[in-house]
Amino acid sequence: MCLGVPGEVVRLYEPDPRDGLLEGEVDFGGVRRRVCLACVPDVRVGEYVIVHAGVAITRIDEQAAQEMLAELARIGEIEHELGPEGDVLESSGEGQ
Amino acid sequence: MKYVEEFRNPELARRLVRAIHQIEGGPWTIMEVCGGQTHGLVRAGIPELLRGKVRLIHGPGCPVCVTPVAMIDRAIALACRPDVTLCSFGDMLRVPGSRSSLLHARSRGADVRIVYSPLDAARLAERLPEREIVFFAVGFETTAPATALAVQYASARGLENFSVLCCHVLVLPAMEMLLQAKNCSIQAFLAAGHVCTVTGYEGYHDLARRYRVPIVVTGFEPLDLLEGIWLACRMLHGQVYEVRNQYRRSVRRGGNPAAWQRAMTVYEVCDRVWRGLGRIERSGLRLRDEYRRYDAEAKFTFDGESGAEDPRCRAGEVLQGALRPDECEAFGKECTPEHPLGAPMVSAEGACAAYWQYGRRPRAVRG
Ligand code: SF4
Repeated sequence: MCLGVPGEVVRLYEPDPRDGLLEGEVDFGGVRRRVCLACVPDVRVGEYVIVHAGVAITRIDEQAAQEMLAELARIGEIEHELGPEGDVLESSGEGQ
Repeated sequence: MKYVEEFRNPELARRLVRAIHQIEGGPWTIMEVCGGQTHGLVRAGIPELLRGKVRLIHGPGCPVCVTPVAMIDRAIALACRPDVTLCSFGDMLRVPGSRSSLLHARSRGADVRIVYSPLDAARLAERLPEREIVFFAVGFETTAPATALAVQYASARGLENFSVLCCHVLVLPAMEMLLQAKNCSIQAFLAAGHVCTVTGYEGYHDLARRYRVPIVVTGFEPLDLLEGIWLACRMLHGQVYEVRNQYRRSVRRGGNPAAWQRAMTVYEVCDRVWRGLGRIERSGLRLRDEYRRYDAEAKFTFDGESGAEDPRCRAGEVLQGALRPDECEAFGKECTPEHPLGAPMVSAEGACAAYWQYGRRPRAVRG
């Protein structure tokens, strides 16, 4: 139930003055749905969000995604050089 | 799909599996808290690939599974009223109450509708002003903003025929309860990525230090899960009891205040009974006084108390990671998705359903 699906914001709707809710259209690999964007108020068209129960709960940080994949690509080599408890832990630890 | 396929890369997954096996020490027992992660792990065959190094036990993070029988009975009672339309997420429908299920009620004529979003239920209330629309609000911190938005929508549009049957629960108090159990075998946690997306993970540091359990906030794809396990094993090896954030593309340290503050505008923290776990202090949400008129439990009266669980079902132990689903005697025999004895067999996040769906055969990592 905590399932979240990544999708691209392709359109922002004009908020309805009766409730002021920010909504838009999100593309999930070709399937488009109306999604509530009230919890990602600064989102722009072209950005990716994670949608849960019809509500976008976060904007995806593209840079963090790329960094993670790059780090993983280095793991094989690093394990050899440093042994298991090198300084990888610190560098791949806390995000902000 | 972008942000899905890249995180299922089999070559990187193989490297991670190797890297985990190379860490000295173990075997370690790690609990993944969220049922979505349980399904991800079992589907990818990760427990078998890590055998001998890591024992994965499955946590209570299945909202459908922990919703008390009494609440399911109340939802069914509401659905059976001629003036009520009960809206719910799809996987609540098959969950057995003490006597029947929502699906069964629907087959006998109750107006039960599956919605994708709580907002759809609020919109339905606008379209059907002559009916009472009740949304069965089940879910963790991840879902609370969505149901809060539905309540705010109803409030902004003056919809008096909308209410929620609120069963929201909070994951952190349940994690602490598991750690306090006498026979607790949990050495590290993979914390639920989408819960932390909403709330952040500031509250987890204290838990990690006090109980000396490393916690890794983890995503849902195979590479996320493996990296989360890898980080947890490194901390276990180094005896580091801290919190790491594996799921950085989604989770910020402070969470998403726009989402969580909205939830906390509508809800306040309360004690809750969890199916299988019992009462846990300050582990749930209820509507604040200002929004009480949207509380189905205040709006309707319920008579007759509900009955008990099926005694054959050992969901309580499964939800605490104390029993593997396939160790339950009823698993696959008296209990199947068609004839479930307990909620974990029918929820999309239930551990019993995961074992049933994916079998338990060794296999290579796959998406
Ligand atoms: S297999 Fe069925 S009976 Fe056994 S614990 Fe799971 S849901 Fe309950």
